Amino acid sequence: MRQEIPPAAAGPSPLPHDAPILALRGITKTFPGVRALSDVALELYPGQVTALIGENGAGKSTLVKILTGIYQPDGGEILLDGAPARLDSPQAAAAAGITAIHQETVLFDDLTVAENIFLGHAPRGRFGLIDTRAMRARAARLLQGLGAEIDPGTPLRDLGIASKHLVAIARALSIEARVVIMDEPTAALSHKEIEELYTLIERLKAQGKAILFISHKFDEIFRIADRYTVFRDGQMVGAGLIAEASEADLVRQMVGRDVSQIFPSRTPRIGAPVLQVEGYAHPTEFADISFTLRAGEILGFYGLVGAGRSEFCQALFGMTRPAAGSLRIDGQPVAIRSPADAVAHGIVYVPEDRGRQGAIGAMPIFQNVTLPSLARISRNGFLRLAEEFRLARDYCERLDLRAASLDTPLGTLSGGNQQKVVIAKWLATRPRVIILDEPTKGIDIGSKAAVHEFMAELAAQGLAVIMVSSEIPEILGMSDRVIVMREGRIAAELSGGDLTPETLVRHAAGIGETGQ
Amino acid sequence: MTDMNLTREAVRAIPDRLEHPARRALKSWETLLLAVAVAIFIANSFASPYFLDPWNLSDATFNFTEKAMIAFAMALLIIAGEIDLSVASTIALASTAMGAAAQVGVGTPGLVAIGLAVSLACGAFNGALVTGLGLPSIVVTIGTMSLYRGISYIVLGDQAYRGYPADFAWFGQGYAFWVISVEFVLFALFALLFGILLHATNFGRAVYAIGNNATAAAFSGIRVERVKFILFLLTGLMSGVAAVCLTSRLGSTRPSIAMGWELEVVTMVVLGGVSILGGAGSIPGVVIAAFVMGLVTFGLGLLNVPGIVMSIVIGALLIAVIALPRLWRKWRG
Amino acid sequence: MTLTRLLKTREAMLAVAIALMLALIASRFPAFVAPGNLVAVFNDTAPLIILALGQMVVILTRCIDLSVAATLALTGMVVAMLNLALPDLPVAAILAVAVALGCGLGMVNGLLVWKLDIPPIVVTLGTMTIYRGTAFLISGGKWVNAHEMSDAFKAFPRAQILGLPVMSWIAILVVVLLAVLLSRTETGRAFYAAGGNPDAATYAGIDVGRTRFLAFALSGALAGLVGYLWVARYAVAYVDLAAGFELDVVAACVIGGVAIMGGVGSVAGAVLGALFLGVIKNALPVINVSPFWQMAISGAAIIIAVILNAKAGRTRGRIILRQAEAAR
Repeated sequence: MRQEIPPAAAGPSPLPHDAPILALRGITKTFPGVRALSDVALELYPGQVTALIGENGAGKSTLVKILTGIYQPDGGEILLDGAPARLDSPQAAAAAGITAIHQETVLFDDLTVAENIFLGHAPRGRFGLIDTRAMRARAARLLQGLGAEIDPGTPLRDLGIASKHLVAIARALSIEARVVIMDEPTAALSHKEIEELYTLIERLKAQGKAILFISHKFDEIFRIADRYTVFRDGQMVGAGLIAEASEADLVRQMVGRDVSQIFPSRTPRIGAPVLQVEGYAHPTEFADISFTLRAGEILGFYGLVGAGRSEFCQALFGMTRPAAGSLRIDGQPVAIRSPADAVAHGIVYVPEDRGRQGAIGAMPIFQNVTLPSLARISRNGFLRLAEEFRLARDYCERLDLRAASLDTPLGTLSGGNQQKVVIAKWLATRPRVIILDEPTKGIDIGSKAAVHEFMAELAAQGLAVIMVSSEIPEILGMSDRVIVMREGRIAAELSGGDLTPETLVRHAAGIGETGQ
Repeated sequence: MTDMNLTREAVRAIPDRLEHPARRALKSWETLLLAVAVAIFIANSFASPYFLDPWNLSDATFNFTEKAMIAFAMALLIIAGEIDLSVASTIALASTAMGAAAQVGVGTPGLVAIGLAVSLACGAFNGALVTGLGLPSIVVTIGTMSLYRGISYIVLGDQAYRGYPADFAWFGQGYAFWVISVEFVLFALFALLFGILLHATNFGRAVYAIGNNATAAAFSGIRVERVKFILFLLTGLMSGVAAVCLTSRLGSTRPSIAMGWELEVVTMVVLGGVSILGGAGSIPGVVIAAFVMGLVTFGLGLLNVPGIVMSIVIGALLIAVIALPRLWRKWRG
Repeated sequence: MTLTRLLKTREAMLAVAIALMLALIASRFPAFVAPGNLVAVFNDTAPLIILALGQMVVILTRCIDLSVAATLALTGMVVAMLNLALPDLPVAAILAVAVALGCGLGMVNGLLVWKLDIPPIVVTLGTMTIYRGTAFLISGGKWVNAHEMSDAFKAFPRAQILGLPVMSWIAILVVVLLAVLLSRTETGRAFYAAGGNPDAATYAGIDVGRTRFLAFALSGALAGLVGYLWVARYAVAYVDLAAGFELDVVAACVIGGVAIMGGVGSVAGAVLGALFLGVIKNALPVINVSPFWQMAISGAAIIIAVILNAKAGRTRGRIILRQAEAAR
């Protein structure tokens, strides 16, 4: 793949600053089949917020795990105050003053707020017992410092998501932190709470802490960050001062590559409407979803993580029940109450979470493929093994699967080949509509291309395809039309000339509409 | 269609299997277990001159046939990732119901119907609590284990039901032909039925899929809750079959009937190679495990070893069959 | 915590339920709530309270210990035979042996769970029969009767201090110790953390396997303690001692609001759960209901309690829509 560094970011201009607290040089991390980070650099300065920007899969979470001592890098060095440091355990990272507030709050619902903050390093009193009073007082002070009105004695279970997040921040600050990593801290917060978070970040800056702020939302980045670093495909492609960058610069660096080159060229032949969704709504996850999907069409669903795309698709597939809305297939109203109903009506769903929802790792490949099609390969409920192998072989070979045999446990294959089996499993049901949720997440480049080729072939054969993706090049390269979702609703429907990285990012992040 | 050509080019043949199924079977847990069974059989025949007598051997089968019939259904339930600890209490309740009916003169067909219906209801209650309300099966069936047997105690106290019709004895005491008992025929029949159900039907495949990854199974269009409910029904039903056989064999019902059997049934299933975590196991394995346990019990009995010592052996077996492979893996790294 | 919230807790509901039950019984049989009888009821429930607390700690870590009653029986048999062999051995030594032996048996469970990663239900189903079988092996199936036990051995749990038998005082002591352990030590909080969110616990530097091991050791030690108290109080030791009692112990926990999926439970809840069962057991003969009802009542109580627990612990979805979050 071509690597390009936009001239604007090639050499960060020299700035007035102190020496960095934390510097990474040439960090590389490889997982079987995937190079997650390659020769990455990052500098964090005291009293400054550095925004880390990149698409999903760009390597941001891997970097966070390296900084917090959960992963060890394969190469490169970590410098703390200019001296090489080893972060070989979560404890070592904490001792070095590095602390992270994670996307998913990793806390304990059944302990009190104060206990969550101080688990593992509680203040001790007489007889070595935990000094509950001192602990609560210190917790109250920490929380007050965050501007949070939370009683330290409350069980965490009773708090809302936003308050839990503040507790997580307080826990991070309960050790003497010098470097604070915030991994999409605003994802679960309301506008008011986000404002409070900004105030808090200003306060941390004033205390001289270095902050790494990971976010997809450009309004936030321009509001709070002093510096930025952009990752793409595990590489650092740009860094600099926010004051010298424009939104357009950052989007270009983030999206980067020449889109048309790596995707199959196709001439869509769009046919009659297959699926009509009218006013789909869920009590808490999404609302007002309406669209029409036609045969031969690839409809992209773009949005930030947590925009409600997967939740909507799973409702369409019958995993959850919508509160309102109707569905027509070929103009006929249908009710889908379970995945079995969906499959019977020709709607299938390749889930995002392959390990949990898609693949049954311990079962052989052929049994995974035939699982939703058992009725077709059996007679009166009895399996016919020859039929079963024929069906599995047919679809596995069409997807160019690489495996030793069809009897191999699926879990032993690479991510890309597992994904091929999961797609094969659904194609074997001969669907009318196939929903692919992040179909190339976490798989290697070669398998990605194969999945894209196959998607194009399916559309050419007249299937209606819905593709959920958070990768802008994939959305642009594959979709005939794109629905952008934000906060559970359709934010825009884009096609033709409107379909550019900039418009996608703007609608997904709500730039120029809300948040001002 | 250039696209089609593009994929066709890349096609490579994937073999169905690398290893013949028979060859793989040779290396399986079941084969090892079969070897153990043969070894115990030989050891027993040396240990006691009475062992090889056909009538003695026939008697020995009563040690395991009733428990094994429950174990077949329990195997499916455990493969699907659930468990039913109330099976022995279900026997007690079904037996009590049959006893009560016998007191008012219900005939043998009616008794069997009542026994099966009560046990089916017990299974349905477990299944409804687990699948309908989403409760953990371990706690639910610990609860119903107390509840079902508790009802027997309420009805019977320290009394016992006797006075079953004479022809009722056929199930537990009758012989189909020569030394082959009716119970043994039922055992073989259910082994066959459950073997086919698990290994040769869509339903059986769904059971494995659910046990390995219930979420992915649900995403594959399998009605997970319904399959699990049916498995609880089947387990209840087989407890009913065992209740008929045991009651018929003993000719009486006390509330303490089949006390502790849940442990032996679970042990039989685990010894047969069924993973207690779900997802793996076979009916042939459970069949062989039934013979192993029956032979051990019978052999120890011939040596006048008391029953409670046999239960130590069974408890130790239960832990050992799970612990030894793990220890082995640890040592080999 | 506000008063209304306090009243909605499981503990308060249970306390109210027990009070109502007592009031109902008292309306017909006033003698039942006489102080002397209430002390007797508490004393009778003391073993269940102690065992329920041990079981609760195990369940907090997402495990279960079905071997408690067998541990109790084996320990009881060992100390009874020890007393038979060495009648002059002081009670303090007997107590030490009982606690140490029970703790050792619990450690066997814990090691199998920790080091070999065997599901706790399988481990303790197995050791349940092994421990009880061992009690048979060492005793040869014979009983140790009252006249074979030394007077000091028998007298200890029944001795009165301030109008309360030692048995009851020990239960109170265990309640206090467990309350301090669970609320005021890192180990105690680790029990909650390891069961409530094992992954997060690992991130927080807690060794989940070791924490489970400690829970089993504690449960075993308490079962050993009760083993001696039980044998001494009833002045008899036999193999089937306390057979099936593990179910009552689990029932007390479940009724007390201890969540079988781990991480949730309180000392007060477990104690009240045990008292709930204890009051029922003692009330049945008073209100002229056959004691044979007790088993079915415990079973029904387990089922009702687990349904209530599950209702309380329902998880919510991601909640993406803004108005949904505001409405919550």
